[in-house]
Amino acid sequence: MRIPENLSYTKEHEWVRLDGDVATVGVTAFAAESLGDVVFVQLPEAGDTVTAGESCGEIESTKSVSELFSPVSGEVTEVNQSVVDGPEVVNADPYDQGWLFRVRTADLPELLDAAAYAALTQED
Amino acid sequence: MKTALHEVHTGLGASFTDFAGWSMPVRYSSELAEHRAVREAAGLFDLSHMGEIEVTGPEAADALDYAFVGKLSAVKPGRARYTMMCNAEGGVLDDLVVYRLADERYLVVANAGNAAVVSAELTARARDFDAEVTDRSAETSLIAVQGPAAAEIVGKLTDADLSSLKYYASTPAVVGGQDALLARTGYTGEDGFELYVPGERAAAVWRVLTEAGEPHGLLPAGLACRDTLRLEAGMPLYGNELSAELTPFHAGLGRVVKFEKPGDFVGRAALDTRRDPDRVLVGLKGSGRRAPRHGYRLLAGGEDVGEITSGALSPTLGYPIAMAYVRPAHAEPGTALSADVRGREEPVEVVSLPFYRRS
Repeated sequence: MRIPENLSYTKEHEWVRLDGDVATVGVTAFAAESLGDVVFVQLPEAGDTVTAGESCGEIESTKSVSELFSPVSGEVTEVNQSVVDGPEVVNADPYDQGWLFRVRTADLPELLDAAAYAALTQED
Repeated sequence: MKTALHEVHTGLGASFTDFAGWSMPVRYSSELAEHRAVREAAGLFDLSHMGEIEVTGPEAADALDYAFVGKLSAVKPGRARYTMMCNAEGGVLDDLVVYRLADERYLVVANAGNAAVVSAELTARARDFDAEVTDRSAETSLIAVQGPAAAEIVGKLTDADLSSLKYYASTPAVVGGQDALLARTGYTGEDGFELYVPGERAAAVWRVLTEAGEPHGLLPAGLACRDTLRLEAGMPLYGNELSAELTPFHAGLGRVVKFEKPGDFVGRAALDTRRDPDRVLVGLKGSGRRAPRHGYRLLAGGEDVGEITSGALSPTLGYPIAMAYVRPAHAEPGTALSADVRGREEPVEVVSLPFYRRS
């Protein structure tokens, strides 16, 4: 299971990439594989305020529904419309084309590094 | 518990899920690709978690007529029948397929989660008959090949005349050099076969079917796509559409109860008084991509009128489909209802089942 070194992670199996004060958020390959084929993604809208640890959307696979938790607090600057239109990209390319939304954030909460996240997925 | 094919699945990179105490492949790569393979080519399933119970003896037919709601004595050797086992109150203990292998020999195939109950009940219910009940589940593997290419794939591997093997029929056959009970049955809405083989031969049978199927686009297929396939085909799943609280009449399957057969059967008296259920099983069609799911409420004008039993975004049809129990007043096809999808009302329409029928 791929866990890129340059990203940060949450216990809810999301990844975060920080570029300046903008955090890009997606779900990990582990999450994508556990969900199965993703068929529906509901994201927050640009301009929405999200709060770290709170639900801000949903991901549905054929078998299950999972809440999407925002790993960071701030204002949503952009959402990935191509994921809404073609949710299968979450399975195909979770760390790149399958990113979900971007948040302008003042302070990043404490997140897991790749090694800590890898250890977490071993426990599951 | 693990099936005889567990290592084969591991080698194929399967993800596993617990199903009735069994570690079963839920998918190998993508359940949507597996679903599509079954609809357009073929899928290969390990269903060895299911229960196989043999009933033999001079009064085997009479014992089954008493134990089940169907008339199994009327099934000709070589044919099979879908039936149900009910309790004395008429509640469904399991829905199953019964193969008549010979005049005095039947094979009862039970759902994995109910196999122990069915085996125990059959033993108890056959007590006053000259019949023997033997649970063969532990030593029997079940492999299914389902899809429009299934007949061509199996045909390459056997001398059995598949054109004369009708739907819901079975025959002993040699398939790829292995002795099997070859049945034309399934749970996908497609043509296909189910092969009952001894556990120690399962890997060999799986291998020859994989090799023969490869040029036809056969994929190994897990329980995730099995569920969406059966839902599209409008087939009930025990635990979702069927339970001991419900009778066959609730599920719209009253036709399997053969009141006209002579003699008593377990549940007869109760079922006779429960022919008009207070809720009935319907199909629902949604719009968009949010599927109502098991346990969600159904509303009509804000009033609670029923509950979703199964639901998914249909991979074949591209819109949400579901089955639900509703009050009879809201069961007419065309009725507009709404499903409470996690606090949001999604419009759904009652439609007749099945959602999908093979062409």
